[in-house]
Amino acid sequence: MRRLGGLLLSFVVLVIVTFLIVPLIPGDPAAIAAGEGASPAQIATVRAELGLDLPLLTQFLNYASGVLRLDMGASFISGEAVSALIFTRFPFTAEIALLAIVLVLAVAVPLGMTMAILTRGGRSRWLDTGFNFVTSLVYSVPQYVVATLLVVVFAVTLRWFPAAGAATLNSMVLPTAALMLGPACVISRIVRRETAAVLEKDYIRTARGWRLSVLRTNARYVLPNLVTTTLTLSGLILAAQLGGAVVIETVFAWPGLGQGIVNAILQRDYPVIRGIILVLGLLATLIIILVDLILAIIDPRNLGGTTHDV
Amino acid sequence: MTSRFRSREFWTPAMATGAVLLIALILIAVLAPLTLKQAAEQLTPNAAQEPSAAHWLGTDDFGRDLLARALVATRLTLLMTGGAAAITVLAGVVIGLAIWLSGRRVREAALRVLETAVAYPSLIFALVIAAVLEPGVSSAVIAIGIAGIPGFARITANLASSISSSEYVVTARLLGVSPVRIALRHMLPNMAEPLLILSATVFALSLVEISALSFIGLGVQSPEYDFGRLLNDSLGALYTQPVEAVGPSIMIAITGLSVMLIGDALAAHADPRAKRRFFRRALQRNRTVAVPVGDAALVRVENLRISIPGRQELVKGISFAINPGEVVALVGESGSGKSLTAMAIAGLPSEDLAVEADGVRVGDMNMLAEPNQSRLAKEISIVYQDPGTTFNPSLRMGSQLTEVLRTHLGLGGAKARNLITEALAAVNITEPAKRLRQHPHELSGGMRQRAMIAASIVTSPTLIVADEPTTALDVTVQAEVLRQFRRIHREQGTAMLFISHDLGVVEALCDTVLVMKSGEIVERLTSGQLAARNVHHPYTKALLAAIPVLDLGRTPVVAGAETP
Repeated sequence: MRRLGGLLLSFVVLVIVTFLIVPLIPGDPAAIAAGEGASPAQIATVRAELGLDLPLLTQFLNYASGVLRLDMGASFISGEAVSALIFTRFPFTAEIALLAIVLVLAVAVPLGMTMAILTRGGRSRWLDTGFNFVTSLVYSVPQYVVATLLVVVFAVTLRWFPAAGAATLNSMVLPTAALMLGPACVISRIVRRETAAVLEKDYIRTARGWRLSVLRTNARYVLPNLVTTTLTLSGLILAAQLGGAVVIETVFAWPGLGQGIVNAILQRDYPVIRGIILVLGLLATLIIILVDLILAIIDPRNLGGTTHDV
Repeated sequence: MTSRFRSREFWTPAMATGAVLLIALILIAVLAPLTLKQAAEQLTPNAAQEPSAAHWLGTDDFGRDLLARALVATRLTLLMTGGAAAITVLAGVVIGLAIWLSGRRVREAALRVLETAVAYPSLIFALVIAAVLEPGVSSAVIAIGIAGIPGFARITANLASSISSSEYVVTARLLGVSPVRIALRHMLPNMAEPLLILSATVFALSLVEISALSFIGLGVQSPEYDFGRLLNDSLGALYTQPVEAVGPSIMIAITGLSVMLIGDALAAHADPRAKRRFFRRALQRNRTVAVPVGDAALVRVENLRISIPGRQELVKGISFAINPGEVVALVGESGSGKSLTAMAIAGLPSEDLAVEADGVRVGDMNMLAEPNQSRLAKEISIVYQDPGTTFNPSLRMGSQLTEVLRTHLGLGGAKARNLITEALAAVNITEPAKRLRQHPHELSGGMRQRAMIAASIVTSPTLIVADEPTTALDVTVQAEVLRQFRRIHREQGTAMLFISHDLGVVEALCDTVLVMKSGEIVERLTSGQLAARNVHHPYTKALLAAIPVLDLGRTPVVAGAETP
């Protein structure tokens, strides 16, 4: 119930915020919609067509009911329905985002656990320092810089992968890599810290007392106890990755929502801006709620509780 | 504050590197526009040149020196980032404190809204603002500044509420100091340090996001340029002039890294727990000790020494034996080395400690070498002190309790479950089959401890090591647990090494009592001697003297343990 309430609240806030974008624009939205060089008569026609001459509250109600009917108007530029435009672009963003999430977890969890086990109790000082140095260095470089450098090295110099577009399977490699490197570093650090904490627990000593193998101890006694914190923090980080995807898509001319919104902002195409912001916001909320639900299924003790503050 | 800057501990390599980088960047920001502006901005015929001695990073399509452009851009980038970070921090602190100062209802609603807003990627939030405002320097600063406010406000509100329960705030409130005054005079100074550290993070994030805005063309507009704008320019020339991306990339990376290093170092300094201990070497165990034969004892310990390598000896050469079926108690205060001794005998010494001895054996297993794991698991069972933490919270009881049976005795799941169900029933656990399907947190502490005891006897071990098994339990539960140990000993004749700090608990159960103090055995008693209070060492007398005081509560334990 609490989660459903959260989802509803975010949805309402998102609808209000996206609605407010248009009334807050400095200048006349109707003039922008009518295009440059439109006559005052044309602007007036467009204003009436878009309902921009109505009182604000009526405009809001029209907008909100449109959103509920998946009708978010048409693009000022192409005239295409915003919902159709979102449906074409969404799969591209989902594709690289999901692939990146899976790869991040596949790399970060084993890496973080291994590092924690190797450096427990202050062992392998150099490995410890090296891991910290490399992960903070990679993480401190923003994704779009990583993306640009990947293009320079792998697309321009080595010519292994295409630099832009979404034509082939190969073209997914660089955007996904750019998207995952930073989060992989952060999450492996989190996993490492959590593993180190779990290794100090009494139940690990119990498992040692039962003389279980290293593999069995880690798979059954360490891993399940990392899941809660790791997934919670990963959910937040991955939701933030939606922002990263916006920028990454621009670098690779990847035809997803990110590129869509940047183009729309540059062209002042407000219906598209509204639609994409709404969808991205809902996605961020959904990711966090999904993580909550997964946690509740894995670990019944989490049911009903908030797990955001760690 | 001033003394801190002089202390050696403060200037870790990370802190020093971060500070040097940041000072260099500030110098560049001040000096570069004064000296390099012409090279950076004047159009020349030397267009799109490769890196050379005259132009270290080459030139762009308009013949402008790319290194000079990257350096000159530092000023605008740092100013914009500073401005955005200032907006975030100031507004965040004000809003956060205001939320804390307002009534409960407003506070809860506001926190709820902030929680929702924080989940929302701040860059997208910034895009909304950028979409409304005309692209440019000031709108980028405002957009990124505002986008960071919810996060910082939430942190401030949380910090405030954690400090508000501290004694001096409560006292000030009782004295009738006004809430605003409390916030400004008492709370803000105490929040200054964590907020300062977080400000470093905010600065780093603002840098990344402002540059991102410029990079996608929604921030700084030509002819002005910051790092993000330069990177954006390079994108168009990626194939013809890939080196153009190098300057701004490196500058963004260095700026971000310097602030992050400083922030991390400040955080580590403020939180001493984050400091790490380092050990030089992996510990070597003595594997060459021969097992003496022709000795009737089940356990023999000769001159056992346990130490923190290179520092302190915790157990100073003790020797004793446990005969088959004998119950031996190790008694002493905490820190006397009794648990370390017990765990060394069980073959589970802490990995950070060095264990040396002339011999430690259990049966014919040399515990200083690495005996067969399955034999160890079967023959030595261990019962720990705190049943609240000895079970893995995320696995069901059944799969944990049958772990040894399945892993080391090769029993199938069903057979193992049947055995453990019987054992649970034997230690008076109700509905044993149902307990196996439950998670540890669904059982009481006494039940968990009895389950541990049940798991320890199903393998028919020759030795049970019990490390303060009753200390964490209620008095009545203690009696039941002790009764189970007596029953096992009576019915199965299992030898036990029983660790306790309480002579009263030990008296009812043990044949032999070894009194430990500061890593040495100071007195050895038979149960008869103890019962007759025939003791000599002052420390033992002190321990005995402690019993009557405790005995008021413990009497039913001993009485209960003696009635079958």
